[in-house]
Amino acid sequence: MRRFSLKSLLQEAASGHQGWERQWRAPEPKKEYDVVIVGGGGHGLATAYYLATVHGVTNVAVLERGWIGGGNTGRNTTIVRSNYLFDESAGLYEHAMKLWEGLSQELNYNVMFSQRGVLMLAHNHHDVISFKRHVYANRLNGIDNEWLSPEECKAYCPPLTISPDIRYPVLGGALQRRGGTARHDAVAWGYARGADARGVDIIQNCEVLGLKRHPDGSVAGVETSRGTIGAKRVGVVAAGHTGVVMGRFGLRMPVESVPLQALVSEPVKPVFPCVVMSNAVHAYISQSDKGELVIGAGTDQYVSYSQQGGIQIINHTLDAICELFPQFGRMRMLRSWGGIVDVTPDRSPILGKTPIPGLFVNCGWGTGGFKATPGSGHVFAHTLATGEPHRINAPFSLDRFRTGRLIDEAAAAAVAH
Amino acid sequence: MLLIDCPYCGKRPEVEFHCGGEAHIARPETPTAVEDADWGSFLYYRTNPKGLHAERWLHGHGCGRWFNALRDTVSDAFVATYEMGKPRPDRDATAASTSSNA
Amino acid sequence: MSQPFRRPSGGRIDRTRPLSVSFNGKRLEGFAGDTVASMLIASGQHLAGRSFKYHRPRGILSHGSDEPSALLSVDWRADRGAGYRDPNNRASVVEARDGLVVNTQNHWPSLETDVGAVNDLLSPIFVAGFYYKTFMWPRKFWDKVYEPVIRRAAGLGEAPEVKDADRYSNRHAHCDVLVVGAGPAGFAAALAASADGEKRVILADEGAEPGGALLNDATSTIDGKPAMEWVVESVATLDARENVVILPRTTAFGYYNHNHVCMVERVSDHRADAPEGLARERLWQVRAGEVVLATGSHERPLVFENNDRPGIMLAESVRAFVNRWAVLPGNDLVVATSSASAYRTALDAKAAGMRVSIVDIRLEADCGPELTAAQDAGITVRTGHTVIRALGGKRVAGLVVAPIGTNGAIGEKTTLACDCVAMSGGWTPSVHLFSQSRGKLSFDGELDAFVPGTSTQAERSAGACRGVYDLAAVIADGLKAGGSGAGGGASAPEATASFTGFQPVRVLPTDADASKVKAFVDFQNDVTAKDIKLAVREGFESIEHVKRYTTTGMATDQGKTSNMNALGLVAGILDRPLPAVGTTTFRPPYTPVSFGALIGPARDELFDPVRKTPIDPWAERNGAVFEPVALWRRAKYFPKAGEDMHAAVARETKAVRTHVGIFDASTLGKIEVAGPDAAEFMNRIYTNAWTKLKTGGCRYGLMLRDDGFVYDDGVVARLAADRFHVTTTTGGAPRVMRHMEDYLQTEWPDLDVFLTSITEQWAVIALQGPNARKVLEPFVTDIDLSEAAFPHMTVKTGYVCGVPSRLFRVSFTGELGFEVNVPADYGEAVWTALYEEGRKHGITPYGTEAMHVLRAEVGYVVVGQETDGTVTPDDLGLSGLVSKVKPDFVGKRSLSRPDMVAAGRRQLVGLLTKNPEEVLDEGAQVVDDPAQPIPMKMIGHVTSSYASSNCGRSIAMAMIEAGRERIGETVFVTTPAGFTEAVISNAVFYDVKGETADA
Repeated sequence: MRRFSLKSLLQEAASGHQGWERQWRAPEPKKEYDVVIVGGGGHGLATAYYLATVHGVTNVAVLERGWIGGGNTGRNTTIVRSNYLFDESAGLYEHAMKLWEGLSQELNYNVMFSQRGVLMLAHNHHDVISFKRHVYANRLNGIDNEWLSPEECKAYCPPLTISPDIRYPVLGGALQRRGGTARHDAVAWGYARGADARGVDIIQNCEVLGLKRHPDGSVAGVETSRGTIGAKRVGVVAAGHTGVVMGRFGLRMPVESVPLQALVSEPVKPVFPCVVMSNAVHAYISQSDKGELVIGAGTDQYVSYSQQGGIQIINHTLDAICELFPQFGRMRMLRSWGGIVDVTPDRSPILGKTPIPGLFVNCGWGTGGFKATPGSGHVFAHTLATGEPHRINAPFSLDRFRTGRLIDEAAAAAVAH
Repeated sequence: MLLIDCPYCGKRPEVEFHCGGEAHIARPETPTAVEDADWGSFLYYRTNPKGLHAERWLHGHGCGRWFNALRDTVSDAFVATYEMGKPRPDRDATAASTSSNA
Repeated sequence: MSQPFRRPSGGRIDRTRPLSVSFNGKRLEGFAGDTVASMLIASGQHLAGRSFKYHRPRGILSHGSDEPSALLSVDWRADRGAGYRDPNNRASVVEARDGLVVNTQNHWPSLETDVGAVNDLLSPIFVAGFYYKTFMWPRKFWDKVYEPVIRRAAGLGEAPEVKDADRYSNRHAHCDVLVVGAGPAGFAAALAASADGEKRVILADEGAEPGGALLNDATSTIDGKPAMEWVVESVATLDARENVVILPRTTAFGYYNHNHVCMVERVSDHRADAPEGLARERLWQVRAGEVVLATGSHERPLVFENNDRPGIMLAESVRAFVNRWAVLPGNDLVVATSSASAYRTALDAKAAGMRVSIVDIRLEADCGPELTAAQDAGITVRTGHTVIRALGGKRVAGLVVAPIGTNGAIGEKTTLACDCVAMSGGWTPSVHLFSQSRGKLSFDGELDAFVPGTSTQAERSAGACRGVYDLAAVIADGLKAGGSGAGGGASAPEATASFTGFQPVRVLPTDADASKVKAFVDFQNDVTAKDIKLAVREGFESIEHVKRYTTTGMATDQGKTSNMNALGLVAGILDRPLPAVGTTTFRPPYTPVSFGALIGPARDELFDPVRKTPIDPWAERNGAVFEPVALWRRAKYFPKAGEDMHAAVARETKAVRTHVGIFDASTLGKIEVAGPDAAEFMNRIYTNAWTKLKTGGCRYGLMLRDDGFVYDDGVVARLAADRFHVTTTTGGAPRVMRHMEDYLQTEWPDLDVFLTSITEQWAVIALQGPNARKVLEPFVTDIDLSEAAFPHMTVKTGYVCGVPSRLFRVSFTGELGFEVNVPADYGEAVWTALYEEGRKHGITPYGTEAMHVLRAEVGYVVVGQETDGTVTPDDLGLSGLVSKVKPDFVGKRSLSRPDMVAAGRRQLVGLLTKNPEEVLDEGAQVVDDPAQPIPMKMIGHVTSSYASSNCGRSIAMAMIEAGRERIGETVFVTTPAGFTEAVISNAVFYDVKGETADA
């Protein structure tokens, strides 16, 4: 792998950039791999990367139905934060946060991780209690999060309206300064490049159609649109399509796939310094480095694989955005889109074993998977390499839906994440 | 925004409705007799199909009635809406009752 | 500025109505009918902006909504003050009128002299994706140094700074046929569809004037008459039909599910005389039986070195400016083309007096009748030629062209001096809305374009948007598309044959070092052919990867002019058929739509309108401080002069325990459960048993979801054997109603029960405190209020103040209490009467804050505060309310799941701080050992915490692991500064004296 650096960039500039090599190969699938990962999004690619770098497992294929990073990795609003309430979630997301903090250097790929701060606004008494509960819990878990008065919120985010006369006045906010955004595509590409350089085969346009099993029921490989590929272990990381893939393997999952929409405005000069989330009014907003306001909306109410939702969801989100930021009323929506998010009953992911020996699953990230990408890949790689969950992902088992030991962040905070 | 054909009121925009998730999931007759795993399945496991999906809708801002619908989750097109208690229209009654106990 | 480039006559402008706009502080002149773009051209001003990345000078490329370059900041109503300015307006669609103040963007210090242009020199470094390869060292520099610099350099215009001063409106419409686009195909479709007077037809077009491409057309005839006459006649015909609505200035931007098409109509921006308060834009949400898409096509630019110089325009746009707006984009025009259509531009420009020559990439043999037509008009045509590069800086000064040899070799170069270039690389059907409708595109190699394939919804495409370009064929296609909807069948008219056909060309052949030249594919985002080649070289092969890596097609024009060139280029490099590279899926909106239009009226007081109780006016008059609770506003406390919340609440809570308080509980959800099976229904919905509750009795009910967690609670009264009056939490009312209806209708349809939401029907006035009965007595004639006749937790119906009422003997304070339910319309009157009477007995109105303190003093939980969706009845110490006898109720089975009965669950307890003055933070965490290392083991959290004047100290409720076994133990609770000590206690803090609720 040719290292990216200012020096190599200048060298190439002088010679018309003819010398850059492919960032990842386009190999033909081999007959068999130690590990096959189904799904070439950020989580799947990160899993492959850490299998290679941490566990030395390089005989790995990532099978992607379309093009890598084309699902929710390339469709989310790129928010990164780790200020989750419960110990289990805090552990997982903070693990990711620590990896984010060195990711560009680790991958030698600038993923533009920008710790501009994530400010979650409280608009009613319930929000205030809930966010303070988060702030205190985070502090004891070693995660930065602080409570701000409305005036402090305004100082941190000058475009914000803190007038008491708006519909849901800002009563304060919880700020995670280490939170922020990252360039979503670059995360997929950076992991792909790093994994590829260590021998991982990234195979695009390869749809997984079924599971091959040994007579004892354990995993033997996968049937794909490009033939049968043997595998000692298979990890499914297919986000919104996890249910479809697992269905082909004969398993039902406690997930439902629903549309989640987002939009960007036309690009403008810097006007919005941080990330603001407001769950009471269902809106989150930041400004990309390119200048677009990036605005996340809520989910539609029904199961759909269409990557399209209703405009009423967008309208409702913009109602709220313009209530908090009335100066944006004349901004224009440039592009809107939908992703298919796989939502679990407790809004927490499922990361671990399945009833089929050798088959593992990483899904159910709902509306909040992007921020977990490095941590999810890291612990899932451990799970695939050792056959057992990492301490961090052990609580996120399928079994919790039998025992009732849910990790219900949504119930605790009613917060989009 | 979906256009939903309420069996009682006719076609109305989605904002008048609330989606209640997958249909034909029968609540066990005697829940106390059900194993934890089966109860967990009843509570949390859904078919989540890419294709035809039988689902429940409430015409909350209308007649207030719950009904079922069959919708393609790829095109979002409704194939049918039908009253509660009726079998899934693309399956015969036997198949519907079997699947509802799955 | 005068108008040196205005033609002496002609054009669809009104020369009797001169006007001016301010452009970068200078006066620009024009006429009604102009756009800012046509005025700029009339004045000879082609430099109209600076590009995104390299800050290169840019002019006007197009005459329509696909304009990528000439983007302006417009203050639409500078005379009315602030709040009317917005950035990134395309000069080509801003209709000129007096009073507009427009400014160019993205330059410093000026449009002419832009320091940012240094980026153009650094462009060898700033290639596609360069930022992924650098700016990584030192690590801290990204946030602090690199990113701020990049952010400042990026972006286009400046965002508005003050609240949008305009208003917007919203319209829902239904029609049988919606026709999008009022060009020849759209008109034909609308005519055919509306022939049946029963069909409601809407014809919408984004332009100010209907006609589409015919507006640019000076020569074509339809049935022997000038094409525009056909347009005028068509408008007249449609206008006369009552079943037709024509909407000009209306862009269909989104095609959603089930033929839900969203359109935005520009209502007032173009009107100098628009009265204040007239909506700026109107959002149309149309539900159409069928949709006819007649959205036309986009012309492709040619990709050659410096193809972005001001003065280089799309060929059809040059024709539009010359004919429609009667302005000449220069004196010396070179038409560079691979498309027959551009010859029409050459002919019209020549006729208008420009000096014209044509450079055609195609070989002579590949040209059609257009070639002879041009030669007959005396135009020099160089066929088989390529464009090597454009000369000039802020305005094109010449074109270097050369013949292409049979072996592809570049021949001798010639420089054609010019001040304007009309380029055409052919046409791309506008399939945006079709694609949004989830129709499947198919690639037509003949047309070198993606065209509508399989439909998903009830729509049809007609005309150029499906690759039909000849005028007569377009009209016939439109008639067919409209006719099959209506069953009509007008015969297609004769029309002038159009010049059609083009040779696809991705990048013009050149002998220059392709790695050095800047030949733009995406003008606004400064994406060059070499950027795309680099992306492919680095393994980005899917078009979606190329788009994301290079940003091509992601600018404010969303790739309308660039997509096909980019796709073709990638396919060419990879030597794959074009569809194998993929096509991009088009997403709404077709053109950018203001947030204001999308919001419509839903702002200020119409954003989530506030629900107010019948007693709200009294509270407002009496100085209440309000708080939002769900959609309601509720009086939080009633401060007297000089009081803060703390003082007011201390006074209010004290008054309730010593005298009497009056509280507006109208927001409580109320549901009537009636019918022969009402009691059985209640048994199944609630954890407790209802069969034995006597008529006239009340009972506290606890409701779970089937997962076993507490869902809601409230007092329920049995009004009759077959009738219950249920109350819910304020926020829970709608979902509890839905929950009940769900079980009733879907699980237990055999139960004969009716549910009715009665929240809005009853005002609820709570009288709480030792004097409550005294206050009530004078107003009650038919109810015996004595303790013996009307004990705690009973209900009676009768009259209060002569008003029919349901009178509850209940308490949420622990004191003697009544809740007076009267019809909402009487709520304020009854409240006022009770309050006036109560003044004799020390009555004090209290708000939600005091209510919370009072209930906490006696240990009552609030669902949503003590609970969070993960709490079981036993966690709250309420397992006594869970029937052991009932075979089933909602949630019962879940309560025996392993984790629900596990040891160590958090349980509701009280917390008393060591320092009685100290009030814990709600949400604070509880630990056993504050000295332990991080991460600490948290054993619980504070759910409610108050200063209690009645207890003479602070009180708190908390959920603590196995808390009930730990009463008396000391724990540590987080504070903003660190930790404080507290002792676990029972969650009842106040011992009610006298005649209490439970007496």
